[in-house]
Amino acid sequence: MPMTIIEKILARASGQKSVGPGDLVDVDVDTVVLFDSSFFPVDWRDVLKVFDPDKLVVAFDHRIPAPNRACAEAQVTGRAFVKRFGIKRFHDVGYDQGIAHVIAAERGYALPGTVLVCQDSHTGSAGALNCAARGIGAPDMIYAATTGKAWFEMCPTVRYDLRGTLKPGVVTKDVFLHLAGNYGDHTGTNIEFGGPGLTGLSISARRTIATMGTELNAEFSTFEPDDVLFDYMKARTAAPFHPQYPDADAKYLERRTIDLGAMEPLVALPDGVIRNTVPVNEARGQHVDQAFIGSCANGNLEDLAIAAAVVAGRRVAAGTRLIVTPGTQEIYRQAMKAGYVETLMNAGAVVTNATCGACGGGHLGILGSNEVCITASTRNYKGRMGDPSARIYMASPATVAASAIAGVITHPGEFLAMGAPS
Amino acid sequence: MISGRVWKFGDNINTDLILPGHVMFLADEERQRYLFQANRPEWINLVRQGDIIIAGQSFGMGSSRPAALALRNVGVTCVIAESLGRLFFRNAVNFGLLVLECPGIFAAFEEGQNATVSVDDFSVRNDATAKTLQAKPVPKSLLKLMLGGGIFPVLERDGLIASALPPTAAKAKK
Ligand code: SF4
Repeated sequence: MPMTIIEKILARASGQKSVGPGDLVDVDVDTVVLFDSSFFPVDWRDVLKVFDPDKLVVAFDHRIPAPNRACAEAQVTGRAFVKRFGIKRFHDVGYDQGIAHVIAAERGYALPGTVLVCQDSHTGSAGALNCAARGIGAPDMIYAATTGKAWFEMCPTVRYDLRGTLKPGVVTKDVFLHLAGNYGDHTGTNIEFGGPGLTGLSISARRTIATMGTELNAEFSTFEPDDVLFDYMKARTAAPFHPQYPDADAKYLERRTIDLGAMEPLVALPDGVIRNTVPVNEARGQHVDQAFIGSCANGNLEDLAIAAAVVAGRRVAAGTRLIVTPGTQEIYRQAMKAGYVETLMNAGAVVTNATCGACGGGHLGILGSNEVCITASTRNYKGRMGDPSARIYMASPATVAASAIAGVITHPGEFLAMGAPS
Repeated sequence: MISGRVWKFGDNINTDLILPGHVMFLADEERQRYLFQANRPEWINLVRQGDIIIAGQSFGMGSSRPAALALRNVGVTCVIAESLGRLFFRNAVNFGLLVLECPGIFAAFEEGQNATVSVDDFSVRNDATAKTLQAKPVPKSLLKLMLGGGIFPVLERDGLIASALPPTAAKAKK
C-alpha cells in the first residue's frame, strides 16, 4: 500500500509492512524528551527503571533558572532522576541550557525517520527533521520512558506543496499564519510539507512551521527530507538514520500548493489563530505594551537576526517593552558573536537567558491586566501569557520588532527594505 | 454494563473549560474543584459517583493537561460525545476513564435521564426512552487500559514505577 511520510515512519517503528488511516499502531520510541515541568509532583511518578538511558533527553526549559520554590523542587527531582539512571543528554541551567524542542534539533537528537515523544504539545517541532514527533500526556510519557513504547491512532494526511521563495522580510511564521487563516482547523489530520520551495527554507525556518502545527490542531506535522536536512544532520551527529520519503502515489485527504512568493506579513488577532489572521496593516496602529520574541518556534538565530536588522540604530518606543529570549544558550552565544545581542540591547530590548519564559506565561515577562502584547511565540489563547484580560496578537519576529520600535502594530516594511507594504 | 445519570455538555468543550490552566500545579484533590468552573461552576457540587457525561463535538479539544483524570476522580464513569479531542482521548485511555464516540448521542438524551453502556458491543441505551445507539468500537488493548485504571497500575505491576500510595500510607500497609 502506498504511504505518506508519517505512515512510513510509523510502519517501520511498529514493524509492519504498511499502516494507514484508522490503524492503531504500537511503536518503538527512539527518543523520549523530559523537561522541568515533567517533574512536578502532580505529574511525576517514582520511576524504578528506564528502558534505555541513552534514548532519554532531559532538558530543563519552561521555568529556568527557577522562579519559585515549586519549580526549584521539580528541578531537584529531575536532577536526581538524571543521576540515578546516568542520563548523559542532560541540559541543566548553564552552558547547555535551552528549550527542549530547539535542543532536540540543535544537538542532532531528533534523527530523520525516527519516533520522538515529549510531554509538551509543541513536540511536533521535530517534524521539520523528518521525525514522527508528537506531544503526549504525562502517563504516556512515563510509559514511553519505562517501556520504550507508545501507541498512536493513524489519521489521514493533508499535503502542502511549497513552491517559490519568500520575499525579503517575510518568514515562515507568516506562512503558518496564512495556513491558520486560510485553511483553519486541521483536527484529526496529519500535515506533510514538501515541494521545490523547501530548498530555500533552513531547518529553523521549517521548525517554525512544524512547531505551529499544534496550533492548527494537527496530529503529526512532517517535512520531506532533502540535502538541507542532511547537511544539517551531518554537522551535528554521526548517528545513522533512515529518512523517509512519501510514495509517489501516497493517498492524501487533500493536496494544496502554497506559493511562498505570494506570502505577506500577517498578524493573528487575540485569543486564537484559526481563521483569525489579517494583513499587518489591518491591525496597524494598535498600541502594544509588550513585544516578545522567543519560544521553540521563534527563538532561533535567524529570528534574532531579523529582529536586529529591524531595530538597528533605533530605540524601542516609550511605553513599550521589547523582550527577546533566545531558544538556547548556544543561540545566545552565536547572536552575541554576530552582534545581534548588542544591536537589540542598544535599541532597548531586554535579552533574557534561554528559556520558555513569557511564551508560557511562566516568568520573564508575564502580562498584567488589560495589557496588549504582540508576540512571536507559539500561542495566543486567552490567559496564555498572564492575566486573562490581556490581549495577545501573534506575528513574525520582524513584525514584532517593528511594532516595538513604533509602539503600535507596524508592518516590518516600514523599517526593512522588503518592497512595498501590502 | 455501566449505568448512570446523565449530564449534558455542548460542542467544543475545550480543556481550558474542563480544567483551567492556572490550577495545573495544584494537587489532584484541589484542582478538580475547578472542573467546568468557567462554563458551569455549580456542577462540581452536584456531580455524584457513577454519573455519565454526554457531549457534542470535539469534547476535550486542546492541551495535554489531565482533564480526564480530574473527571474520573470526581466520579464520572463514562464520557460519550459526538466526537473527542485526540489528546483528551489519549489521556482518558492512560488515566483509565471510559470514553466513547457515538454519533447522534447528543440528541438522544435529556439531562438527568439514565444511560446504560455496554462495553461488549458498545451500545448505549437511554433507559427512559429505551432507544439504543451504537458507539464506535474502541480497540481491545485501549479498552483494557480504560477499564483497568489506566497505564499507571500496569507500570506498577511490572515494577517500572513505585506504588502511588503516599509514603506514610505505604508504611502503614507494610
Ligand atoms: S517555548 Fe512555549 S510553546 Fe515552546 S515548549 Fe516552551 S512554553 Fe511550550
